[in-house]
Amino acid sequence: MELKPGFLSKNPSVLVFLLVLALFTLGVTLMSEAYGSGAISTSFVKTLGKTLCLCLIAIAMDLIWGYTGILSLGHFAFFGLGGYMIGMWLMYARTRDIVLGSLTGLPPTPQEINDAVATQIFGVVGTSELPAIWSFAGSLPAQLALVVLVPGLLALIFGWLAFRSRVTGVYLSILTQAMTLALSLYLFQNESGLRGNNGLSGLQNIPGLTADQDHLSVWFLWGSAAALALGYLLAAFVTSGKFGSVMRGIRDDEARVRFLGYSVETYKLFIFTLTAVIAAIAGALYYPQAGIINPGEMAPIASIYLAVWVAIGGRGRLYGAVVGAAFVSLVSTWFTGGRAPDLNLGFYTVKWVDWWQVLLGLSFVLVTLFAPKGLAGLVDMVQGLRPPKRGGAPLGPDDGSLQEREANE
Amino acid sequence: MSGTSTLLEVSGISVTFDGFRAINNLSFNIGAAELRAIIGPNGAGKTTFMDIVTGKTRPDEGSVLWGEMSRNLLKMNESQIARIGIGRKFQRPTVFEDQSVSDNLMMALKAARGPWRVLVWRPKEEDHARVAALAEQVGLGDQLARKSGELSHGQKQWLEIGMLLAQEPKLLLVDEPAAGMTLAEREQTTALLVELAKTRAVVVVEHDMEFVRRLDCKVTVLHEGSVLAEGSLDHVTANPKVIEVYLGR
Ligand SMILES: Nc1ncnc2c1ncn2[C@@H]1O[C@H](COP(=O)(O)OP(=O)(O)OP(=O)(O)O)[C@@H](O)[C@H]1O
Ligand SMILES: [Mg+2]
Repeated sequence: MELKPGFLSKNPSVLVFLLVLALFTLGVTLMSEAYGSGAISTSFVKTLGKTLCLCLIAIAMDLIWGYTGILSLGHFAFFGLGGYMIGMWLMYARTRDIVLGSLTGLPPTPQEINDAVATQIFGVVGTSELPAIWSFAGSLPAQLALVVLVPGLLALIFGWLAFRSRVTGVYLSILTQAMTLALSLYLFQNESGLRGNNGLSGLQNIPGLTADQDHLSVWFLWGSAAALALGYLLAAFVTSGKFGSVMRGIRDDEARVRFLGYSVETYKLFIFTLTAVIAAIAGALYYPQAGIINPGEMAPIASIYLAVWVAIGGRGRLYGAVVGAAFVSLVSTWFTGGRAPDLNLGFYTVKWVDWWQVLLGLSFVLVTLFAPKGLAGLVDMVQGLRPPKRGGAPLGPDDGSLQEREANE
Repeated sequence: MSGTSTLLEVSGISVTFDGFRAINNLSFNIGAAELRAIIGPNGAGKTTFMDIVTGKTRPDEGSVLWGEMSRNLLKMNESQIARIGIGRKFQRPTVFEDQSVSDNLMMALKAARGPWRVLVWRPKEEDHARVAALAEQVGLGDQLARKSGELSHGQKQWLEIGMLLAQEPKLLLVDEPAAGMTLAEREQTTALLVELAKTRAVVVVEHDMEFVRRLDCKVTVLHEGSVLAEGSLDHVTANPKVIEVYLGR
């Protein structure tokens, strides 16, 4: 990634974002149980760290949907796959440590260790064979590579098939949903080799590290914040130049982009795969904080939620996606965690655990109809109160909005 | 056509849409530096002809060959055809309304088109200068930072012509460029097209006879998907068949 010296000054929103993120991370650290006052519980630090990962996948969603106009309803599949890939190492290496610790007498052969680990991990699904896909599970570098390679390759193959035959619009969205569903159903089976509906668990323990959860949670928060910062920078870089122009061109009129000589299908495949990899990295950071992953996480509905977050935050601008994901997922945690007070209407008591989904769906519809720019549109309103800059600065990546077209027709 | 080499050779193409023959055994040649006007009544197949040459529509039969190597355009897709040097201006102005005039021109500017190259490409001094010069040439010199969606209809036409020039194509296909332009703008457009045709091939579709007369070039008359007459404007307008189907109405 080549960043010119003028990059940040030309994209002031990036600088603001990085500053806010740094202050947030510092603030949480200073209030954590491990490094500060303890005002924020370790479990909430984890929630915040996970939220940062969701913000990262929201950026990926914004790139593919907000900027390129491809409504993928499958990016949580890549997120989940990234989680599974790191989860395999976490589970294998930790089980191996336990097995080694419990053995006495003669030093065991590698085969004996392997068998003991397999029995431990796969006892729940009634086998003691280590499936072939676990061949690299003992190696952290290998599984880290697979975090990128497996989802990247899946996106590449799926995207190649879909874009080559010029599937677009609703049909593409349905196809991505079908992919997600198929993958999640496959993982539900014990034969998938990933423990079926049990999923992978105990992921919060990092093999080789003796630090407690109080410290680990803060380290993961830092890692997630760093990944989000890098993801944001990358996304700002990708969308700022001519590549960003081509992306928005594809969104608004892909036939015209073709007649300019750009191979639209290649671009779509490139962006689809890139965003799948970003999603996978976000997932690989998320699940060690969640501690458990199972195929339910990759259910089609998760990817639909992702679209809702980005829509509510404001698609077509990066900070919109981040704000949407952070806001909606935190509010959702609050409502579904049973902490929101019930609303007594006299004749009926609204229990938010049940009604939150309805509220979310309603907000989505309202935002789509009345505030298509989402929460990020509020930033425009604030800026509109200042005297407008006439004669115009060059359009940055954050001006991509679908509305102008309609307004001008 | 002796003397000049043929740049585009279309022979015997036909296209049927749901049983309706929009193009019927059409043949058409143009030289490397030639200006040609195509006229014909509504629905004659002028736009469909351009769709075929640019790869948007596949003909049922016939061949489309390009350049000295006689490369088969029917085997290429739209973006490949654009990259070998065929540029197109649409009947309705199609610019990227959400992006600035300068972004539109920058995207069209002749440069590598692959994603990796485009990703790391950043405009250099000369690219900015080229964009400014192009904008100047099409009368948008002071509009570079404006969103192109805010431009007038005529200005969008001009911007699209500017984008076409930025691509530096060997063959320009221009569909009704003068629609929505004022008289002065039309004259400017004719002058530009005549100038361009000195170094490359230009095909202009136009309804306006005055406009075609000012182009002062060979004219091809299309009717019901095939060539009805070809020659100078005076020659074809004297043709009784042409008078009957087109001018007489
Ligand atoms: N995709 C399509 N499907 C069905 N019919 C089509 C299609 N494209 C064009 N046609 C028909 O083919 C015929 C030729 O259309 P075309 O647009 O090429 O005419 P034209 O000469 O450009 O007319 P105009 O002067 O109105 O622009 C018309 O009758 C049109 O309805
Ligand atoms: Mg037409």
